[in-house]
Amino acid sequence: MPIVSRGFHGRKPDPGRKLPPGQYETFDFPVLSAGPTPRVSRDDWTFTVTTESGTRHQWDWGRLMALPAEHPTVDLHCVTKWSKFDTHWEGVSLDVLLEDVETEAEFALVHSYGGYTTNLPLEDLLDGKAWIAYRYDGEELAAEHGGPARLLVPHLYLWKSAKWVSGIQLMLEDEPGFWESAGYHEYGDPWREQRYQGD
Amino acid sequence: MARAAVSGRLAARLRWQAAALVERREESPTARTLVFDLPGWAGHLPGQHVDVRLTAEDGYSTQRSYSIASAPDADRVELTVQRVPDGEVSPYLADDLRVGDAVEIRGPVGGWFVWRPEQAEPVLLVAGGSGVVPLMSMIRVRDMIGSRVPFRLLYSVRDPADRLYGPELDRGAPGLDTTWVYTRGTPDGWTRPAGRLTPDDLVRWGWPADFEPTCYVCGPTGFVEAAAGMLVALGHHPDRIRTERFGPSGG
Repeated sequence: MPIVSRGFHGRKPDPGRKLPPGQYETFDFPVLSAGPTPRVSRDDWTFTVTTESGTRHQWDWGRLMALPAEHPTVDLHCVTKWSKFDTHWEGVSLDVLLEDVETEAEFALVHSYGGYTTNLPLEDLLDGKAWIAYRYDGEELAAEHGGPARLLVPHLYLWKSAKWVSGIQLMLEDEPGFWESAGYHEYGDPWREQRYQGD
Repeated sequence: MARAAVSGRLAARLRWQAAALVERREESPTARTLVFDLPGWAGHLPGQHVDVRLTAEDGYSTQRSYSIASAPDADRVELTVQRVPDGEVSPYLADDLRVGDAVEIRGPVGGWFVWRPEQAEPVLLVAGGSGVVPLMSMIRVRDMIGSRVPFRLLYSVRDPADRLYGPELDRGAPGLDTTWVYTRGTPDGWTRPAGRLTPDDLVRWGWPADFEPTCYVCGPTGFVEAAAGMLVALGHHPDRIRTERFGPSGG
């Protein structure tokens, strides 16, 4: 039985909207990062997929822009408790980027400019569930939100959607990323409230 | 970016625990320190936060994260809550929760924005508004253990009424230098004109990058973006700048 806090009423969320457990709706777009915002120019930007055998597939900004874009509208859920509904993005599906990659890997370690990393099963990047996103709400993605481009994996807590993404390393065995090594859950499903290790 | 280690006993950290309010202190016109009784608290590292869960009579519940303000204590945890206008949770915690009433707490959480006493390098703390809370925990732990690691705190507030922990910081401690940065209104006779934190403030009152301090920056997003960017421009390596941001949302 939960403890009732006397006199607390709270603000019931819009019943037409379904929030994952422990989350509340926010209307702005909070920024969370572990360090300074890296500044990466589009001219210098590359995105590299490395397979378990060391084969590299690389895109620069021009090659990324030449790929077919999608316009997902998705809900975001941050482990710090806020959720944001109906965010509009533009980016390239990972299905497109990984289409010609030969791999037996089951895990992915995502790398960012600035040194951030996060891990997730490879299947969570496939089947229309993940994008390399470079526009938000019709504008170029701002640096504090991960621009020039970030990973977008909205079905997991937002720390998995690595900002300033620089590459994805495909691996046969799982390896924890930055927050996953600091006590956060290895998978991070908001609907199962997998915030911390052991949840 | 280095790996952060997990600390604390996992099972204890994940369990929701009833916590009764034992004391409330006014820190500023809009901020209160809440002292909770948490028997058997396993301790925390300064800079960590806890999750707080509030449940209403009808079963509705919501959660928020709050930084811990205090140094570890066997059965007490102090949180400082800034009342967010129109917030769902902070006005209740700041004004309505009465001594003897309970909330649920779990934690501590977070293994990155922490100061570990075994760190030997100088420390620069840069706070904006209520972002001082986790940094205050670092200052208090340093004091508690008698550490001689030199600390410098630059603390930006709108005006003197917004200062949190003013008397305690004015009292100071050996090896802790505190510099106040007022953005709107200064005390009488203050030589620095009111204005936002500048690179010059960080040069004058922070540490030279050559000293390789670890820098902890905490405050609202715009403040953290600006301060962390200035530190990088002044030559501090990004790996030695740790940030934590308090969004205006949530409350």
